[in-house]
Amino acid sequence: METELTLRVDGATHHLRVDTRTSLLDALRQRLGATSPKKGCDHGQCGACTVLVGGRRILGCLALAVAHDGAEVTTSAGLAPGPDEAHPVHRAFVDHDAFQCGYCTPGQVCSAVGVLDELERGWPSAATADVVAGPDLGDARALDREIAERMSGNLCRCGAYKGIRAAVAEVAGVEDGARR
Amino acid sequence: MTTTLEPRAIGRDLARRDGGAKVRGTAVYADETPVADPLFCRIVQATVARGRVTEVDTADASALDGVVAVLTTADAERLASTDDAELAVLQGTGIGFRGQIVAAVLAGTDEVAREAADLVRVTYAEEEHDARLSADRDDLYTPESVNPTYPPDTAEGDMAAAMAEAPVTLDRTYTTPMHHNNPMEPHATTALWEPREGDGGHLTLWDSTQGVHPVRQTVTQIFGLEPEQVRVICPFVGGGFGSKGTPHANVVMAALAARAVPGRPVRLALTRQQMFSLAGYRTPTIQRMQLAAERDGRLRGIAIDVVEQTSRIKEFAEQTGVPTRNMYAAPNRRTTHRLAALDVPVPSWMRAPGECPGMFGPEVAMDELATALGLDPVELRIRNEPEVAPETGKPFSSRNLVACLREGAERFGWAGRDHRPGVRLEDGWWVGTGVAASVYPTMRMPKSTATVTYDGGRYVARIGAADLGTGAWTVLPQIAADALGAPVEDVDVLIGDTDHPEASVAGGSSGTTTWGSALVEAVREFRDKYGDAPQDGDAASGSVKPNPAEEEYVMSAFGAQFAEVRVHTDTGEVRVPRLYGVFAAGRIVNPRLARSQFLGAMTMGLGMALHEQSLLDPRTGHVVNHDLAEYHVPANADVDDLQAHWIDEDDPYVNAMGSKGVGEIGIVGTAAAVANAAWHATGVRLRDLPVTLDRVLPGR
Repeated sequence: METELTLRVDGATHHLRVDTRTSLLDALRQRLGATSPKKGCDHGQCGACTVLVGGRRILGCLALAVAHDGAEVTTSAGLAPGPDEAHPVHRAFVDHDAFQCGYCTPGQVCSAVGVLDELERGWPSAATADVVAGPDLGDARALDREIAERMSGNLCRCGAYKGIRAAVAEVAGVEDGARR
Repeated sequence: MTTTLEPRAIGRDLARRDGGAKVRGTAVYADETPVADPLFCRIVQATVARGRVTEVDTADASALDGVVAVLTTADAERLASTDDAELAVLQGTGIGFRGQIVAAVLAGTDEVAREAADLVRVTYAEEEHDARLSADRDDLYTPESVNPTYPPDTAEGDMAAAMAEAPVTLDRTYTTPMHHNNPMEPHATTALWEPREGDGGHLTLWDSTQGVHPVRQTVTQIFGLEPEQVRVICPFVGGGFGSKGTPHANVVMAALAARAVPGRPVRLALTRQQMFSLAGYRTPTIQRMQLAAERDGRLRGIAIDVVEQTSRIKEFAEQTGVPTRNMYAAPNRRTTHRLAALDVPVPSWMRAPGECPGMFGPEVAMDELATALGLDPVELRIRNEPEVAPETGKPFSSRNLVACLREGAERFGWAGRDHRPGVRLEDGWWVGTGVAASVYPTMRMPKSTATVTYDGGRYVARIGAADLGTGAWTVLPQIAADALGAPVEDVDVLIGDTDHPEASVAGGSSGTTTWGSALVEAVREFRDKYGDAPQDGDAASGSVKPNPAEEEYVMSAFGAQFAEVRVHTDTGEVRVPRLYGVFAAGRIVNPRLARSQFLGAMTMGLGMALHEQSLLDPRTGHVVNHDLAEYHVPANADVDDLQAHWIDEDDPYVNAMGSKGVGEIGIVGTAAAVANAAWHATGVRLRDLPVTLDRVLPGR
C-alpha cells in the first residue's frame, strides 16, 4: 500500500509517494537522497539516524514516514546556516576531533543540538541530582555527567566519546570548568 | 638506516580534512552513492548450521509486485573461482554455518525486497552440527601457520623443567569470548555491471572497505575478470576495525546481483543482525599460561598454549600466542596454537588480531605472579625487560615499555599503592587499581605505489589508500608535504579509488608506514626528475621498498595501561572511573588524530573488559545476541576519565616518518588492566572476560 505525504527537510519541501511500511529514515535516505542521517542498526539501538523533528531529536528508523506527514525535519546537513558556514556544534566536533569514521556523527550532532535545547529548558535526566531544580549547568563536572547520560543513546564504535562530551560542553558554554 | 624526514607538517595538530563533510553528513558512504533507479538486494540466510539445501521455493517471492529477480543456487552465475568457500556465494547446496547466504531477492524498493526475502521458502536436509569450542576436544589440530604467516608453535629451552624446578610457578587458564567488530556502518556495497561491446563488460563497486585494491583483486579472481574491468571506489568507510579488511560474502553477493541485472545499479547493505554471521569476528580463545619465576621475579620460563576456533569451510588462525614470543625475557619458552574446526561463521580480523586477545592471559598471569611474589606488578614487568627480542635475539629498533610503565605510574599516582586486594571500600564501592602492558608490531606491507603531480601551483598525490576514521585523508598530506618541503596547505592526497595507484589494505596499523613510504618514494622520483621548480603536469610515481633494517631489528610499539575499577558491593556493578594509557609508538604524525586512535582503541578495550561477548548457542550455531541492544559496546556514559599520552620516541629504523602505527596498540592490554584492577578492588581473580557482575559477586 502506498500513500502520499509531504516532508519539509532542511528547509526544502518534498511531496512523495511511499510504501506505508517506509521508515522516516528510509524515506529520507532512499527516496529523497538525504543521506546525512545514517542507518546503523535500523532498530533504534544506535542513534545514527537521529534527526530533529520540530526541533526535538527522534530516531528516524523507529518513525514511520506516514506518521510524519507535514513534519519539519532537520538533519545535520541542514543545521549549518549556509553552505560555507558551520553550526557551532559542527565546529566544536571538528575542533575536539569528536569523531573518526564519521558515520555516527550526523546523528551525534543532531542529538547534541537536542541535548543543548533540553538542558536550556531545564529538563532533568537520570544524571540530574535535583530533578526539581533541573540540571546544574554551572558545575562543569555535573554538566559532563548530564551530557554523557543524554548522549548515551548515540553509539560511537570509534570511541570518540571524550571529544563528543568536550564539544557539547563547549557549545553549552562551559570550558575548562567554568561557564562563560 | 632509514633517513628520517625533517618534520614540519608532521607532528602538527591539524584538524581532519574531511571533518566538515563528516559532521554535516555530506561525506558519501557506499550505500549512499548517488545512482539512478537502484534495485535493493535482500539476502536469505540458512537456518541450519550444517546440511544442504534441498529445495528453494521462490514462487511467492517472485509473484510479489516489484520483485525483479530471485537468485538461488540453482540459477546464480557460476563463479570462475570457488577456492574460497566463504566467498563461493550461491555456488552449491552445502551449508557450512548458520546464516550462510542461500538466496537473494532484488526489488525496486527496500520494503518489497525485504518482504520478498521473507517469502522465499528454503527446505534443508539438516545434518548434525558441532559448534562447541573446548580445550579438551580430541580433534584439535595445529594449523600450518597463524595469521598472517607466523609459525604456529615455538619452543626454546625446557619449559617443563622450568616449571618443575622454579621456586615460584603459575599455571592458569584464561579465556576471551567471541567478539564482533560492529563498525557503525553496516557492510554495504552499491554495484553496477555494465555490459560493453567488445571489452567484456565493466563492474563498478562502491564498497565499504579497508582496501579498494584488495577488493578488486578478490573480485577479479572470483568472477574471472581483468583488473581494468573492475573499479572499486571508497572515499569514506564508516568504521571497520578489520571486518572490512578482506571482502566477505556480501561483496560477492552484490556483484552477483549486479551482473544478474546488467545496467541497473544494485544496493546491498547487510542488516546489523546479518553482520553477526557474515562479516567476520574474533574467535573465542582459551589460553593456558605457565610462568616459572625466581623469587626476585625474573622469569625462568613463560609459555602460552592457545585453543581457539575456526570454521569448517575456511581456516582463520588467530595468532593469540605470538605476542608472548617477544614480550618478556626468559630462557625457557613455549607457544602453541590448536584449532577446532566447527560449523560456525568464518572468523577473521578484528582490531589487533593476536595481540588483543593474546595479551589478556599473559598480562593477568603477570599480575597473579606479582601477587604470589609480593612484588609491585609494574616492577615485575621491569625486571623481565629483555635486552634483545627473545624469539630471535635481534635488538629492538626501539623499545620503551619501561618508560611507558614509569610515565603511566607517575601520571596515575601508582606510587604507594597498597597491593592487597579487597581492602578499599568507599561509599559502598570496592576500589582497586590495575596495570597491564601493550605491544603491537610495526608492519610494512610489501606493495603500495603513489603518484605525485604538480598542477596549478599545487601538488596532488594519488594512492588507493583507505581512511576508516584513522585520518589518512589528513595525515598523508602531512607526510607528502614534508617529503616535498612544501606547505601542507599546498598538498592534496587523493585516496579510496582503484583508479589511483595500487595500495595495500588498511590493516595491521601499517597504513601510514606503507602508504607514507610510497609517497616519500614518489616525491623522491618527482624531485629527481623535475627539481624544485616543476611545471604544470609534471608527474612521477614511486613505490614502497623493503626496509633492510627489518633484517637487523625487531620493530614494535609498546605501551602501558592503568585502570581504576569500582565494584558496587551490593549489585556488583563494575565501573572504570579512570583509564590511562601511555604509548611509545614512534613519531606521532598528528597528535589530535593519534590521540583519537589511542582513546578510541582503549574505549573498545573497555568494551572488551566489561561488555562485549557474542553468545553463540551451540545447539543452533547462532549468535543469539546479534544486535546492538544485546551485544553491548561502550556508550558515552561508560567512559569517564580516559587519557592517552605518549613518549617522544625517535626511531630511525622504522620508516622515513619515524612512525610506528597507532590504530591497534590502544586496545592491547586494556582488558587485562581492568580485570587486574577488578581483582585489586574485590579480591576476586577474573580470568574470563567480560568482567560482569555475575563473575564478580559470587567470589565476594
